[in-house]
Amino acid sequence: MLHSNIADQTYMTPGNMSCPGCGGGIAMNLALKALGEKTILVIPACCWAIIAGPYPQSGLKVPILHTVFASAAVTAGGVRAGLDMKGDTETTVVAWAGDGGTFDIGIQSLSGSAERNEDIIFVCYDNEAYMNTGVQRSSSTPYGTKTTTTPGTGWKKTRKKNMMDIMAAHRIPYAATANIAYPDDLVKKFQKAKAMKGGTRFIHVYATCPTGWGIPSEYSVKIARLATQTNIFPLFEVENGTDYTLNTKGNRPAEDYLNIQGRFKHLAGKDLKQIQEDVDRDFELLIKKVGH
Amino acid sequence: MKQVIEGSHAISEAARLARVKVIAGYPITPQTHIIEALSEYCEDGRMDAKFIPVESEHSAMASVVGAASTGVRTFTATSSHGLALMHELLHWAAASRLPIVMGEVNRAMGPGWNIWTDQTDSLAQRDTGWIQLYCEDAQEALDTTILAYRLAELVNLPVMVIIDAFFVSHTYEPVIVPEQSEVDRFLPAYKPKFEIDTNNPFALNQMAPPAIYMEMRRSVQLAMEKTLEIYNRIEDEFEDVFGRRYGGMETIRCDDADIIIVTSGSATSTCRLAVDELRKQGEKVGILKIKMFRPFPAADLAAALSDVQKVAVVDRNFSFGAGGIFTQEIKSALCNCAKRPDVFGYIAGLGGRDITTDTFKDIYFSTKNMTAPKIDSQWVGINEELL
Repeated sequence: MLHSNIADQTYMTPGNMSCPGCGGGIAMNLALKALGEKTILVIPACCWAIIAGPYPQSGLKVPILHTVFASAAVTAGGVRAGLDMKGDTETTVVAWAGDGGTFDIGIQSLSGSAERNEDIIFVCYDNEAYMNTGVQRSSSTPYGTKTTTTPGTGWKKTRKKNMMDIMAAHRIPYAATANIAYPDDLVKKFQKAKAMKGGTRFIHVYATCPTGWGIPSEYSVKIARLATQTNIFPLFEVENGTDYTLNTKGNRPAEDYLNIQGRFKHLAGKDLKQIQEDVDRDFELLIKKVGH
Repeated sequence: MKQVIEGSHAISEAARLARVKVIAGYPITPQTHIIEALSEYCEDGRMDAKFIPVESEHSAMASVVGAASTGVRTFTATSSHGLALMHELLHWAAASRLPIVMGEVNRAMGPGWNIWTDQTDSLAQRDTGWIQLYCEDAQEALDTTILAYRLAELVNLPVMVIIDAFFVSHTYEPVIVPEQSEVDRFLPAYKPKFEIDTNNPFALNQMAPPAIYMEMRRSVQLAMEKTLEIYNRIEDEFEDVFGRRYGGMETIRCDDADIIIVTSGSATSTCRLAVDELRKQGEKVGILKIKMFRPFPAADLAAALSDVQKVAVVDRNFSFGAGGIFTQEIKSALCNCAKRPDVFGYIAGLGGRDITTDTFKDIYFSTKNMTAPKIDSQWVGINEELL
């Protein structure tokens, strides 16, 4: 029998509004198993604002405070302050945002909250574009991607913003990447983040979007796994901004990941070569930071 | 105890006495002194509260929305561009039905940069679902802030307590700062009607389809109507403890007046002097001071104004392409009255330009001498050579 750290108890109901194969849904299900019932979620505008369901229903068994697009982190900090004044130190407050609410419109309040070291966990479930509005590019969208605002030959020519570097630069106690294809690792990181009370903890979760990426829904986990196996989305942790730990090392070529996704199918050989060089250089940099 | 304090600090003192638990603040002239004082109170233990020095006004309001959702008393303060930046969250706070209280210092919107008083910033937020109370001086600001918590928590709407830049915010005045025991008698410990609770999980502010959205908006309007119903009763309670009351509006020497000047904010104090002087000259003039702008006390206003011949509304604000904002609202309050006065609209004192007793006298005689009002607002003291 396979031993796993994943609890049987679930806090997500089957009747939610996610698309088939939604990585964001898998991420939430696993995260809540790690966090438990004493959790308050703060959700800005993003896919999860819809997935959680309309009034008067809820797809989750923990309280949700929905907030505006730009304000996930700071609203969560306000919730934390209110709980602190009520003497509730047990509840974990989690901001749960997409890449738009993290990399783009949400970055000011995230940076402000991280600089103040607000006692929250900020989770970015990253599907690499504005999926809820119909697949528009964000600053998380990787080089080479076709979206509805980077169409045709205007596919995205700039690179994905390095959010982990930005968060590490805030010297927060804990920042980690996680991937829905590595559930034990993901759950372990959420449990670790939960236990590290007192400051800002950031978890960057790779979350496949079959709808926006042009992939079959049954490939959701497979492609997520390839992202890490190709070092495109390495799994690592950063404590206090400087202490790096690498959790996995990939060895597959980027093409294995790129060639099976509709969003990259227009790329030529030289583009793929460019991406491979970028991936290799980034991974080397990461290895240097890990130091072993 | 009577103390000589700044208008800004009158609001800070009130937030302290209201036993606020979470304060988020971001500096902007001329509001900054309000939150500076509160950060000191949190630091030195005069308040048992958490002060969050956020990175923008947008975040200030988001922060207190988060805190208020846990069922604690909250406060923030802002002005002008800060209030404009908050706009999205003003809607969010009101429709969340959170009893947040905010100090707002009326300051002109740029460009060009102008830190002086002008009401267009707060009036531009009139449709957000916030109760708006305009104050004439520091004592009224302190009293209104304390009263605002009682009101907000009864109707579950947020309240903006509004003072003029510099004329009130930075002016030192003698202010009676009540004892904590008196405030506690008027303002009981906060018992939230709802709060986020892991023992009773539900979603707050979630998606609201067409089948429910309209009822949610209607419920905000019903709370506004309840505000009008209970405001006098709350003022009765306030008067019982503190011996002061202001009214949602105040009429001054209006009983035999032929012309009533409508004012708001600190300009009302100047108008009181102008009317005293005009009365000595035998002119039959009175003042109607508007304190409550949202909800708009339309029925009371119509009753107070319908018998007079002429009304001169002085707007320290402007809606481009339309006119003075108080003028518009007063006209609409009167338009269905069988008997109604002619309404003359004046724009004065924008961007902190002085409104003097002579300004009010000019407005009075202009109104007296005209047989009928112009459709457009008249701009007072404009230097035509600069246009």
